Amino acid sequence: MTETPNLNTEGYDISPEARANVAITTIDKIFNAGRRYSVWPMMFGLACCAIEMISAAAGRYDLARFGMEVLRPSPRQSDLMIVSGTVTKKMLPQIVRLYNQMPDPKYVMAMGACASGGGPFKEGYNVVSGVDKYIPVDVYVPGCPPTPQALLHGLMKIQEKIDTEKHFTNFRDRTKPIEPIPVPILGPDIIDPRDYETIKDGVKSGPLTTVIPAVE
Amino acid sequence: MNFGFGILRGLMVTMGHFIGTFVEDFKWIGKRYYTPEGVAHRSSKNASGIFTVQYPEEKLPVPEEFRFIPFLLYEEGPDGEQQDRCTSCGICAKVCPPQCIWIVRTEDPDTGRPVPEPVEFYIDIDICMNCGYCAEYCPFDAIKMDHQYELASYDRHSAHIYNKEKLSMSVDYYAQIRPTNYRREEDIRIAKEEEKAAKAAARAAAKE
Amino acid sequence: MTEMAPAQEGTLEARFPGVVTHDERKGYEGYIVQLDKLTEVAQVLRDDLGYDFLSSVTAVDYLAQKEDEESYFEVVYHLYKSTGGSALVLAVQTPRDNPAVPSLTPLYPGAEFQEREAFDLYGIDFTDHPDMRRILMWEGFEGFPMRKDWKEPYFEEDVKPFANRWPGGQVYRIEDHNPVGKNNQYPQGFDPESWSPAIEDALYDSLRRSNAEYDEIEDLDTEQVIVNLGPQHPSTHGVFRMAVLMDGETIVALKPVMGYLHRNHEKIGERNTFLHNMPFTDRLDYITSLSNNFGYALAVEKLMGAKGVPTERAEYIRVIMAELTRISSHLWAIGFLLNDLGAFFTPSLYAIEERELLLDIFEATTGSRMMNNYFRFGGVARDFPEGVLERIGELVTERLPRKVDELDRYLTNNEIVRTRCEGIGVLSPDEAIEYSMAGPMLRASGVPYDVRRADPYSIYEQFDFDVAVRYHGDVYDRYLIRLDEIRQSIRIVQQAVERIPDGDFLTGKNPYQVRVPAGEAFGRVEGPKGEIGFYVVSNGKANPWRYHVRAPSFINLTALEKMCIGSKVADVVVVLGSVDIILGEVDR
Repeated sequence: MTETPNLNTEGYDISPEARANVAITTIDKIFNAGRRYSVWPMMFGLACCAIEMISAAAGRYDLARFGMEVLRPSPRQSDLMIVSGTVTKKMLPQIVRLYNQMPDPKYVMAMGACASGGGPFKEGYNVVSGVDKYIPVDVYVPGCPPTPQALLHGLMKIQEKIDTEKHFTNFRDRTKPIEPIPVPILGPDIIDPRDYETIKDGVKSGPLTTVIPAVE
Repeated sequence: MNFGFGILRGLMVTMGHFIGTFVEDFKWIGKRYYTPEGVAHRSSKNASGIFTVQYPEEKLPVPEEFRFIPFLLYEEGPDGEQQDRCTSCGICAKVCPPQCIWIVRTEDPDTGRPVPEPVEFYIDIDICMNCGYCAEYCPFDAIKMDHQYELASYDRHSAHIYNKEKLSMSVDYYAQIRPTNYRREEDIRIAKEEEKAAKAAARAAAKE
Repeated sequence: MTEMAPAQEGTLEARFPGVVTHDERKGYEGYIVQLDKLTEVAQVLRDDLGYDFLSSVTAVDYLAQKEDEESYFEVVYHLYKSTGGSALVLAVQTPRDNPAVPSLTPLYPGAEFQEREAFDLYGIDFTDHPDMRRILMWEGFEGFPMRKDWKEPYFEEDVKPFANRWPGGQVYRIEDHNPVGKNNQYPQGFDPESWSPAIEDALYDSLRRSNAEYDEIEDLDTEQVIVNLGPQHPSTHGVFRMAVLMDGETIVALKPVMGYLHRNHEKIGERNTFLHNMPFTDRLDYITSLSNNFGYALAVEKLMGAKGVPTERAEYIRVIMAELTRISSHLWAIGFLLNDLGAFFTPSLYAIEERELLLDIFEATTGSRMMNNYFRFGGVARDFPEGVLERIGELVTERLPRKVDELDRYLTNNEIVRTRCEGIGVLSPDEAIEYSMAGPMLRASGVPYDVRRADPYSIYEQFDFDVAVRYHGDVYDRYLIRLDEIRQSIRIVQQAVERIPDGDFLTGKNPYQVRVPAGEAFGRVEGPKGEIGFYVVSNGKANPWRYHVRAPSFINLTALEKMCIGSKVADVVVVLGSVDIILGEVDR
């Protein structure tokens, strides 16, 4: 997540609407307590880790104790996207689209080795080596798969992160939409629209691919 | 068909579970939660009532064989210096299914021949699949699987390739988390050393 | 298991002189069929000789390794009799440029998806196939990835272990060496801006074409609507997608779209050594890791011969673990079928509670809740730790029977469950065999076929248990049969715990390099989802030349359209729930 500049810093451009208001930092605490105990994750399972995520939501580990039992199937109603498993190239456009559809403030957790960095399937031709190459990730939970308790630990890290934020006092002009992340396109390989220039340069003299330096 | 009877029977089951939670709580008054016996009871064959383990206040006991991320063992010398058990033989790197282990070998600066100790040892935990092969096939018991699973972090790029410093743990730690395995391996090692000593003694005796 | 009775062997070669020849390569025991006569031979095999169950279709790329060798593709078929017995292996060979093989889909509809997979990954064209499209990768993907001469962007070396890890010791993240910093590659001269994706057109065309056969429902002047369910949908059990063509609320055509979790299991499997593949099999059907271990271990042990025979105690441990896996998988399936019916979470919670207790046992024994990686060639990785066997005994004698009865009382006669499930998604016994259905799907349709009895492996012959069968072939019977099978598995574990002998848990010394002689082997077990098979081809080196998984979830989906035509959208979700798919296995 990009840090919103602090209101109290010098030279911060306060919009006319905001000037009429008074910022009180303690409200942030109340505001954050409300947010931290009602993080609604998206009901969105990808692979093996999703099973552990369901286990974490079930009786034994019980996400409800953290106010997270409301798994929403719609991105429009969720605050947290748990990327639970291997992200494949074929699935990637949907994931980015789902992320764009989530309302702000939103959090992303990369659960397991695959979502963090490709995991054991990293070398595969249809595997994205880390979802953070496309969408910003807040918390990484290592493990293959992380046990439900490891996942809960990761969720507590999200709560800690929420505690430090100042969404109430840090005024963002909500009349302007957030810039969505460009959705990758399925081509001969997945194409990230942000890479157009690099690709065009790279394919001039030959195919663009990884070049590994020789072993000394 | 008695319409609705089956549903009622099903609802009786859920009702039974609901009442069961109170009965169970009443039986244990105050001792069911936040005590090791309570946790053990909740994962036993007699578990009924509330099944939840109240992580993080109470945690499920980790079985000895549980494996997460590997770590390297060092023995502490008399002056507190660390002696790696690893000889950089490379079996763990070869047997690693996703190939997430990198080993940099040491060379003797004078002779240029390899020294049995790694300069660096890297594990990319974003690739590691926690399969436990490295620990299983290491002939020197130098790499073992850790029990620590609370590893969530905010940044993977700086933190998720573990180097030797981060991977190294003392043998005492290993003996503490896997007592049975430790004892078994120690027994084998002591038996081997005794055998060696006996052979050496026999040879010395034969010379005289 | 690939041998045949001598009498039949005579008839097959005698019946087709010059067309069918015995495979003379070392370690191979099948037959090679002339390419243009394949349909003819298959017809006779199906109609006259009783080989009515086409279990597996796959391709192998025999790329020449030396100058004097020949390069060709081979398509391998494993046929069984639905009455039991061992496999008949057929192979046809086709040149590597312009490969084409006659399709067996008209004879065995169960081959449909498997042939599409071979087309997708190898580029082999199956002539007369009704719907030849890519299945796992998307339309427009460059190249056929399973070909031996195709390289992925993160290609490092042909086989593992990589010299770069040891003795190289050159640590890097491989994406740092890619120009775009990702796992991507593009052909020379590719222009991303002028690329116009037409990825979905083939799918929708196929959907409309398929509808042509079912257009008799059009008695009203209505327009048909295409609805996409998934890949992000709470009731698709993962990232599965169905494109549905509807007439009002009635389904007139349905095409499953998969590959959203295609993580290149087989390509990675061919780079791995034999031992490396064991933990990867855990991640196929991640609910039933131990069954997958079992199948792969059997396949490789078959190639290894005498060296790979497990000890007596190991066989018992394997059976106990595999049956506990079946119980946990069926509990999960029942819980989530009810979820799909709309009974959100309470039945699942009860089922998961029992599953957690089983996972505790897996964790204590194998080290991990789900990714067990427990089987080794010739045994298992370690013995039961102290006290675990007693815990298993207590669970299967005291707790689980009681809890299964409770689940039965809770759900079976529930009127809503019955109304929603009875008569939905019906498959007749003949259709079930034709579509190569396996496991509970096949047995719920009245075919008493269970690999544990039909083609016994391990020590299942020594146990007293019944093959559960139900006869209606609908969703309700598929629910009931899972309850039946849990009860039978409990019986097996009870016997095994009582009779388990002392002894070693592993034959030999558990070396990190396994020597596997050249040849082919097909190891299959009755997994909780159905027959899971591993087809392994070794050329005597440290890595398998071909590693293919016969995935029951994947093949069971072939009949999904058949089961859903004429029912309503809400039923599709229930039918899918009754098939009990796991996407890790569907897409691999």
